[in-house]
Amino acid sequence: MFDIINKLTQTFGPSGNEKKVADLIRDMLKDKVDEIKTDALGNLICIKKGSGKKIMLAAHMDEIGIIVSYIDKNGFLRFSNVGGLDPFVILGKRVIFENGTVGVIWYEENIDDIKNIKLEKMYIDIAAKSKEDAEKLVNVGDMAVFEAGTILQNGRIISKSTDDRIGCAVLVQAAMNQPETENEIYYVFTAQEEVGLRGAGPAAYGLMPDMALAIDVTATGDTPECKPMPVKLGEGPAIKIKDRSIIAHPEVKDRLIKCATENNIPHQFEIITLGGTDAGSIHTTAGGIPSGGIAIPTRNIHNSAEIVDMKDVENAVKLIEAFIRQ
Amino acid sequence: MECGELLKKLSDMRAVAGRENMAAEIIAGLFRQYCDDVSIDSFYNVIGFKKGQAENPQNVLITAHYDEIGLIVTGIEDSGFLRFTAVGGVDAKAIGAMEVTVHGKEDLFGVIGVKPPHLIPAEDKDKGIKMEDMRIDIGYDGEKARELVSIGDVVTFNSPAQELMNNRITGKSMDNRSGVAALVEILKELQKLKHDDNVYVVATVQEELGLIGAICATYNIKADLGIVIDVCHGDMPDAPSDEAFPLDKGVALAIGPIISRKHTKECIKLAKEENIPYQIDPEAGDTGTEAAVHAVAREGIPVILLSIPCKYMHTPVEMVSVNDIVSTGRLAARYIAGRSKE
Amino acid sequence: MKEALENLKKLTALDGVSGEEKPVRDYIISRIKDHVDDYYVDNIGNLITYKKGTGKGPKVMLDAHMDEVGLLITQINSDGLLKFRTIGGIEDRVLVGKRVRIGENKVPGVIGFKPLHLQGSKERKGTVDKKQLTIDIGAKDKDQASSKVEIGDLAAFAYDPVEFGDNKLMAKALDDRVGCAVLIELLKQKYECDIYGCFTVQEEIGLKGARTSTFQVKPDIALVLEGTTCYDVPDTKEYGMSTVCGNGPALTVMDRTVIADRDLLRHITKTAELNGIPYQFKQTITGGTNAGKIQTGGIGAKVAVIALPCRYIHSPVSVMDINDFENMIKLSKKVLETLPASITLYREQGGKEYV
Repeated sequence: MFDIINKLTQTFGPSGNEKKVADLIRDMLKDKVDEIKTDALGNLICIKKGSGKKIMLAAHMDEIGIIVSYIDKNGFLRFSNVGGLDPFVILGKRVIFENGTVGVIWYEENIDDIKNIKLEKMYIDIAAKSKEDAEKLVNVGDMAVFEAGTILQNGRIISKSTDDRIGCAVLVQAAMNQPETENEIYYVFTAQEEVGLRGAGPAAYGLMPDMALAIDVTATGDTPECKPMPVKLGEGPAIKIKDRSIIAHPEVKDRLIKCATENNIPHQFEIITLGGTDAGSIHTTAGGIPSGGIAIPTRNIHNSAEIVDMKDVENAVKLIEAFIRQ
Repeated sequence: MECGELLKKLSDMRAVAGRENMAAEIIAGLFRQYCDDVSIDSFYNVIGFKKGQAENPQNVLITAHYDEIGLIVTGIEDSGFLRFTAVGGVDAKAIGAMEVTVHGKEDLFGVIGVKPPHLIPAEDKDKGIKMEDMRIDIGYDGEKARELVSIGDVVTFNSPAQELMNNRITGKSMDNRSGVAALVEILKELQKLKHDDNVYVVATVQEELGLIGAICATYNIKADLGIVIDVCHGDMPDAPSDEAFPLDKGVALAIGPIISRKHTKECIKLAKEENIPYQIDPEAGDTGTEAAVHAVAREGIPVILLSIPCKYMHTPVEMVSVNDIVSTGRLAARYIAGRSKE
Repeated sequence: MKEALENLKKLTALDGVSGEEKPVRDYIISRIKDHVDDYYVDNIGNLITYKKGTGKGPKVMLDAHMDEVGLLITQINSDGLLKFRTIGGIEDRVLVGKRVRIGENKVPGVIGFKPLHLQGSKERKGTVDKKQLTIDIGAKDKDQASSKVEIGDLAAFAYDPVEFGDNKLMAKALDDRVGCAVLIELLKQKYECDIYGCFTVQEEIGLKGARTSTFQVKPDIALVLEGTTCYDVPDTKEYGMSTVCGNGPALTVMDRTVIADRDLLRHITKTAELNGIPYQFKQTITGGTNAGKIQTGGIGAKVAVIALPCRYIHSPVSVMDINDFENMIKLSKKVLETLPASITLYREQGGKEYV
């Protein structure tokens, strides 16, 4: 499974530019499902036909990044955020554009207190000599993502963009395992989640499922002096109770708990006050679609070195398969 | 049942946003006495239907949310104290030293404690308190607490409804159990009147979490007119005079960009003719109510907003006047009955 | 082009604060009714027009909003002054000392302010709080004021359009009467694809009209025609200017509500380059337009925004460059004419595909 995760996390795909990721997943699943299609927003919809309940499983393909808003006369790039970025977290990080150009994020050093740093006071250095030089490599409107590797260490993955390529990997693996069921399953790889949960609603509208699950990441409470949170790395996928965008539908949540306990799958519970997921836009689609979620415990979310536990990933696949088979 | 008595029962009912399955059947039972059909949808909206007299009736959709703000358990400490966060807009400043009910494996009595003033250091006296630093005390140790309570259990405030002077009632969740009481008043009035149009009376869910129930109801029921019943701020010292309304001066009718001016003016005319007290509520923006959902649902539903003045909103001692609820019910019902096809 | 400019000036002179767009809508109907195959007004007040295409082509929606920012009268004080709230985003400082007209009868009034001489030293250095401002219509007391206006009346800025300087136009409501004027021009000719020209309402209070128009039209592709921020004045860092007046119509790559479709954006820039039409990219990721709601309505659509740089947007004295306006019309026309030839659209594998 590491191979799938590595391929996914290392593929370029910031919000609004998910095509490469979609093409990769389409290739992985082409003989494993009955139908694959794309819609106007770039969502990738993979359908395993059936006569029972219609279940939609959504993981988002897009990763956070930056967008170039201006190139100055010396070839330095001004930028804005695509998705949630913390100025302290991105300071000094390397980013990479679709064509392979690498840049470094730094800040206007003539600042009275670094505590006051904001994106407007930062820039990206692509080592260009002038504006013309820079324009050979990048244009205003181009996007870049973190440049960082994916490694497996101690049974845990350290990588950029496990949010939410790990969710995609889990769904891809579940689809490849082709769980036996009468139900109709929609494996949906959504676009533009990080900028406002935009792809999932239209995808759901076109499918009108009976229920939906968002597969995403959640933060943990097991690092030094962190905010108290019950979720810990390695103790199982978290069943969503509440996030900023949704209170999980009681019946979907209970169904997930039942699947986990009946199949002896270790699991935890997720309640977070910051952050939303695709479930939030799916559940208000059309006349309402009961929705919930499974969240993979992850440290350092929205950083270039996020950490997940392979046991949690494998158990998430098991839990999804159990849910599909219900 | 008389309006004030019903309101007290509704206020004491427990139905936290997102867990309205706690009370959907109770509301359905209330509606059944007056409706031709009652159903509960997949999100626990309770829909009461009264058939209209006309050959080709239009559909009038009235919504009032029945969910309440509350708390949800986020962790159980070894000491037995419960950590929690808010469901909906709960003010941390207003819940210290409160009695609560934790809806665990059984309903448990609890208290949100506060540090006694003697123990607060001088420099901290002016600091605000954060919800993440507060705890619920249910009186058990960690082991017993974990048997009875799970992460994700919801918590409601114990604030038994009571009558004060001038037919005013105070308690929790007047936002928006007053609206639900008004729905029942409408149903009672409609029993006595003839109406051309089909009337859908819907007690909606999760308004406090983003108008969720209304999004479902307005998509599933194709309405020609929408009526939303909610609460607005009651007159209080410190409140801006154009945003807060005195109790007992009648229901507040909204006027503004997203509200149907034509239908509101018809309502005002009717209120004057029938001597039903009303006030005007200017709303320059979204109104913050389900009216914003009705207005852009499907092809758009012309919508009017009737608000019951409520003091101390989102605290456990919200206060409304029963008279205002009765006049809301009367006005809405007579308006519906007086509608003939244009 | 002269006619387009005349339409624009007339449109800005009409009052259409969010929620009461009728005067603007009636004027637009008079201008387009002989050029479209069908039109109707929907429940929320959008004007939806339809032109059948001459050939095969995607369903295209063109969106321009008719409403402008304004004020809502919320209270009549005992001294005859009127309290108000803003409809849409108007900054506090913009309101001071302005002329307005209120309600259907256009009752004239002014927003007064305490004279400098009478301000305390703290006040002089402070800011304006719009909740403290009032409109004065000259009334002696509450009764007199109530005979002319009532709570719930809408007020618009009372400013007439003025051509000045080097081909510049100053007017209220350039956002988004420019879009409306451009759309009127576009509807005058035929195209290969089916065109739904939607003049929408209530954009300024939360992109409302576009939701119901999208629900009814269900477009494949949408072009939003807007007025956008421009602050190319001295003292602004170049990267904070957003757009530059005179550098051509501005294309949005990303704002707070939408990431423009890459294929569609590429088509627009190629078309501009092929036809020698100047254009620029909006260089700040701020603001929002109907594109956000159109893109995520129903099963979704491919969207892009073409906007006119307007200095001092959301004030009564917004300023635009007339060359930019003419180039925006030229560019939009060419984009529509060449659309079917270069957009690929996937709905189903092997389904609706236009190459």
